[in-house]
Amino acid sequence: MAPQVVLVTGVSRFIGAHLAARLAADPDIERVIGVDTVPPPPDLLRGLGRAEFVRADIRNPLIAKVIRGAGVDTVVHTSLSANPAQWGGRVAMKEMNVIGTMQLLAACQRSSQMRRLVLKSTTAVYGSSPRDPAMFTESMAPKALPSGGYAKDAAEIEGYVRGFGRRRPDVAVTVLRMANFVGPRIDTALTRYFSLPVVPTVLGYDARMQLLHSEDALAALEIATRSDRPGVFNVGAPGVLLLSQAIRRAGRLQLSLPSAMVGPASRFFRSTRLIDFTPDQMRFLNFGRVVDTDRLRDEFGFAPRWTTIQAFDDFVQGRQLRPVISPERVHAAESRVLAAARAIR
Amino acid sequence: MPQARVIPLHSDPNRVVARRADARVRVPVERPAGLAPVRVVRRPAAPEPGPGSVGTAATTTTTGADWERRLEELLAFLGRRLTGDYGVDEFGFDPEFTDHVVLPLLRPLYQRWFRVETTGMSNVPSTGGALVVANHSGTLPVDGLMTMVALRDDHPAGRYLRALGADLVFRTPMIGSVSRKAGVTLACNPDAERLLNTGELVGVWPEGFKGVGKPFKDRYKLQRFGRGGFVSAAIRTGVPIIPCSIVGAEEIYPLVADLKPLARLFGLPYFPVTPTFPALGPLGALPLPSKWYIEFGEPIRTDTHATADADDPMLVFNLTDQVRETIQQTLYRLLAQRRNAFTG
Repeated sequence: MAPQVVLVTGVSRFIGAHLAARLAADPDIERVIGVDTVPPPPDLLRGLGRAEFVRADIRNPLIAKVIRGAGVDTVVHTSLSANPAQWGGRVAMKEMNVIGTMQLLAACQRSSQMRRLVLKSTTAVYGSSPRDPAMFTESMAPKALPSGGYAKDAAEIEGYVRGFGRRRPDVAVTVLRMANFVGPRIDTALTRYFSLPVVPTVLGYDARMQLLHSEDALAALEIATRSDRPGVFNVGAPGVLLLSQAIRRAGRLQLSLPSAMVGPASRFFRSTRLIDFTPDQMRFLNFGRVVDTDRLRDEFGFAPRWTTIQAFDDFVQGRQLRPVISPERVHAAESRVLAAARAIR
Repeated sequence: MPQARVIPLHSDPNRVVARRADARVRVPVERPAGLAPVRVVRRPAAPEPGPGSVGTAATTTTTGADWERRLEELLAFLGRRLTGDYGVDEFGFDPEFTDHVVLPLLRPLYQRWFRVETTGMSNVPSTGGALVVANHSGTLPVDGLMTMVALRDDHPAGRYLRALGADLVFRTPMIGSVSRKAGVTLACNPDAERLLNTGELVGVWPEGFKGVGKPFKDRYKLQRFGRGGFVSAAIRTGVPIIPCSIVGAEEIYPLVADLKPLARLFGLPYFPVTPTFPALGPLGALPLPSKWYIEFGEPIRTDTHATADADDPMLVFNLTDQVRETIQQTLYRLLAQRRNAFTG
């Protein structure tokens, strides 16, 4: 059953805006309402088409009025944010993430027209630790509950969404736990990190990273919005990329810092506003995280188009990152050494 | 009366069985030619020699070309590493890195230092999942590394052993990331079952720290075999359990004392004192050159049990005991045949 009126939160950011644009392009959907605290930037606004924008804070009861007034039957909650700087600090970010979701769910619970709720969550809920199994399935819990930041917010929000699902069994609730996004256009802490010419890492650690192309993320969200796919699903591209390997594929230089120097280094990067990594993201860069996506393929019925490596390469090419060490130079050096060896002989 | 040491020259299963049957007679010092303690046929040091390497090396005029080809291969390898053009699996296993960096570093230790002799290699299947269960000893888990080399170099199919390691391995910088690249993953049932289901050869040392860090006076006495998690993993996936007995590893770093306060300080399960460590400082890291024997025993089938039996604790305990007893008996037999820990 196609939805009639869809409400998309977090529409001023990449995923929310592009999802709203995709839904607006479908004539079967009557109305698409985008909600955010700030208006979308011009480049995103252009793509939104006939989608309506409501400037509202999901933390106040106005959101209930929108949901009731427009007869919203499907809510897609994509406004979960990993970036404290965007909200002016960790406290405001938590407020926005957790309290915002509580308000949104309260409004949804009241609405009699609600049929479907889609939550964009994150694989960060599994944490990152040396005691992790190689791959997390949806039924696994993190080794240690996330102590703070985005992962803790996401875990709490998932808890509230589960509670909502119990109270409103007539609403199909889909939770998509998404791996880290990359893509030619999306801007995340990770894409900024790999855009640095010299990429700092922690000495002695090499994370296994699973990524997700932003287009695949949008496609999965769109499927969940259009049809009933209740349940919790891991969404990640097949395959794994090691952090060191990713840095080499992007043609960057890797600078391994001893763990004692990581603190001062991350303060430096925060002060220069280049990148701001939270402690749980730092753990991700040390230990990595891979999730099992069998359930996504078999039950949800979606296979990502890009593998992790392809998604990363698409990001590198799409950004036109000028490699510090390019494959051409490496191959040229290879043939030079070979020629020199032949000459000596 | 101790039994004779039997080292098969060929990995023909029938012959191995036949030898074992007649091995009850003590073989005199002048052994029959067929039973001479010759090393098991070893694969060449380069894991996959390129096509035509034998042909070109045959003529003297092309030895330069051979040398050039090897340089070319090396450069291509370095090029792939520099541009990140290689694949790792979900566990972080990097076969290219293992073959070109890890194994070449371990091989001298395996061939020259410990002079490892393997027997019963035909008990390890060439394809499909199997669980190699071995005794653990030696203060540092060198036995795991040597078993990896043994299966890659001496097994006819050149199998990679996907070892299961303690979380301490992955918590330690450098060691953790290199171990993952060499195919080690965390010892937990989900990982073991995932690997076995995809037809990998998985190695487990169920004694864990109790085995590897036991005092020298307790050498070759098997400790408790964990909680039998490895048996339930094997039953669930229906793969055979291959008991593996390693003799020689106990002597490499004889652990004479354990400094518990220091161990607590560094967050380690034990802090070893060996005759050479910490007295000789970094030199104490050099293992004593004991002579090693690795024997792979008859596979214990688990596909005769239903998957639900994995949740039957009594069956799991019994199977665990059976594996443990098999390894202990093999250890006693191998020890009885051994005359000297260093000369074999």
